Amino acid sequence: MNRLNATFKDLKEKKKKAFIAYITCGDPDLKTTSECLEVIANNGADIIELGVPFSDPLSDGPTIQAASQKALKNNVSLADIIKMVSKIRSKISIPLVLMTYYNPIFRYDIRRFILDAKKAGIDGVVIPDLPPEEASQLEMFARKAELATIYFITPTSSEHRKKIAISHSRGFIYYVSITGVTGKRTELPDSIKKDVKELKKMTSKPVCVGFGISTPAQAKKIASFADGIIVGSAIVEKIDKAKSKKDMLKALGGFIKQMVKAIS
Amino acid sequence: MNKKNIPMPNRTGYFGIFGGKFMPETTMKALEELETAYRKYKNDKDFTKELNYYLKDYVGRPTALYLAEQLSEAIKGPKIYLKREDLAHTGAHKINNTIGQAILAKRMGKKRIIAETGAGQHGVAVATACALLKLECHVYMGKEDIRRQRLNVLRMRLLGAEIIPVTSGSCTLKDATNEAIRDWVTNIRRTHYIIGSTIGPHPYPMIVRDFQCVIGKESRKQIIEKEGKLPDYLIACVGAGSNSIGMFYPFYNTDVKFIGVEAAGYGLKSGKHAASLVVGELGILHGAKSYLLQDKNGQIKNAHSIAPGLDYPGVGPEHAYYKKINRALYIAVTDKEALEGFDLLAKTEGILPALESAHAIAGLKKISKKFKKKDVVILCLSGRGDKDVDIVAEAFKLQ
Repeated sequence: MNRLNATFKDLKEKKKKAFIAYITCGDPDLKTTSECLEVIANNGADIIELGVPFSDPLSDGPTIQAASQKALKNNVSLADIIKMVSKIRSKISIPLVLMTYYNPIFRYDIRRFILDAKKAGIDGVVIPDLPPEEASQLEMFARKAELATIYFITPTSSEHRKKIAISHSRGFIYYVSITGVTGKRTELPDSIKKDVKELKKMTSKPVCVGFGISTPAQAKKIASFADGIIVGSAIVEKIDKAKSKKDMLKALGGFIKQMVKAIS
Repeated sequence: MNKKNIPMPNRTGYFGIFGGKFMPETTMKALEELETAYRKYKNDKDFTKELNYYLKDYVGRPTALYLAEQLSEAIKGPKIYLKREDLAHTGAHKINNTIGQAILAKRMGKKRIIAETGAGQHGVAVATACALLKLECHVYMGKEDIRRQRLNVLRMRLLGAEIIPVTSGSCTLKDATNEAIRDWVTNIRRTHYIIGSTIGPHPYPMIVRDFQCVIGKESRKQIIEKEGKLPDYLIACVGAGSNSIGMFYPFYNTDVKFIGVEAAGYGLKSGKHAASLVVGELGILHGAKSYLLQDKNGQIKNAHSIAPGLDYPGVGPEHAYYKKINRALYIAVTDKEALEGFDLLAKTEGILPALESAHAIAGLKKISKKFKKKDVVILCLSGRGDKDVDIVAEAFKLQ
């Protein structure tokens, strides 16, 4: 069984929710990223999303944009990230999902990317600028390799589009909490609860909520009705703001622990 | 050559293998709504009447087709006609599209307009259409372009638009486009995004082309009146590609040859250019699959051109298709050659062209040996050069 399915099955049996942590790979460098991955896994995260830096990240707010720019200054590539994962995979047992814009994959070669990612131990892909309608080739290879394709549903998705995303998603469905880009929000719309509940009536696949979530209180509230929560910018900020690496890893571990506790 | 009258793009927004809809999910419904509204109003009598009224009485169309005898003589080439888009209101062809899209936005009940701009010509045309049609207007412009195109920044402000400086990435058109898309993702319910060229996700390349086709349709009628036949060649500059597609498309099913001129910047070998058709590679940017300037890892490179309106690392998918099927020939000229083109038109015809359009003049000169003396060529003079006088004066070391 794909690690993602096993994780969600296990969480369901334990009546627990998934905490999914996002980090931008290569910010500030890949060695630090692999250290962060261990800290995140050791402090109770259930899944990690590995952000691949891109020159033109359309769906990202200022925090992840800045992290991507920093990584790109070091020429961190998709190939480097796949290599890093294969090196560190034996130390981390939780599912790893790649989040990348489409052009780096397209340029890498779709088929070769799926094979290499699978071989390195990556369990799924999230591609913000690749709606299911454009993904037939990628899905063909992904299905064969049993690599999960995770699609977005947003507050503006029509019923028809929700159905498309549900039927094409593997692993979990990514519900975007807000109409907007990634980044911390002090207020999240009340409509999320209703939308997620309706979505869960349409599918038995796990529905995880991301974008804007940064505090334990927000995490707790959303985890009460979703199958998991995804936190990105708040984690990237911890990585970018600390004075030394030691401080950073400590702060990161503490934050993950706090968020995991909030949703259990 | 494919001469079948195939409807382009196809239902899913593809021109051959180019185009498509590679966008965040949040925008997908708005793109569907835009396509539905456009198809509904495209042939609607009231919509067409309103658009044609503004194009005629407000923009000043049809623009002249002028026989540039002295230019023809100077390059010892064919008979050259200039399609004078520089005479349209606001000084460039951009207004053809912005008036059309602004009327469409109003019909769709969207009161807030956003746009990206590089040279500022599109921004000025959007600000103008918004002032005319009483729409709220926000224009994203790279910090670097704000510095380079001060005149247009002031024009937009005087027209009541809000300019939002973009400080991410390379601070030019590509980044302004990213930022406009992010705004659209955030405010999508009440906002229409007026894309300025034949780029972006479907249906934008189709909509912008259709509104710009007025250039080619008028030219076709005018040249028949003047010459009694179709031209042998059409030539136009290609940044992302709106003036050129607007000129080319109405001649698609004829034997007329198309030449697109891209910006070679400091030279194709320098790596500092904007020639995505001539040397770019297939990729996905801003919602469409097309030729792009990118590195081996799929990161988008910064473009360079002395003409801010050509300074974009991608190109419209329809141009990519024309290249693939050999319907058009694409060449590139350097900053230096473009400046010579600027000077040539100024001195021979008394017209200061936009630096973008000066690339078409330079392209014509560059391949002048290709033409027969009796050939008739229409060159799309996409805009006027007032906005560029500072750049040109600096290059020519004028006091």
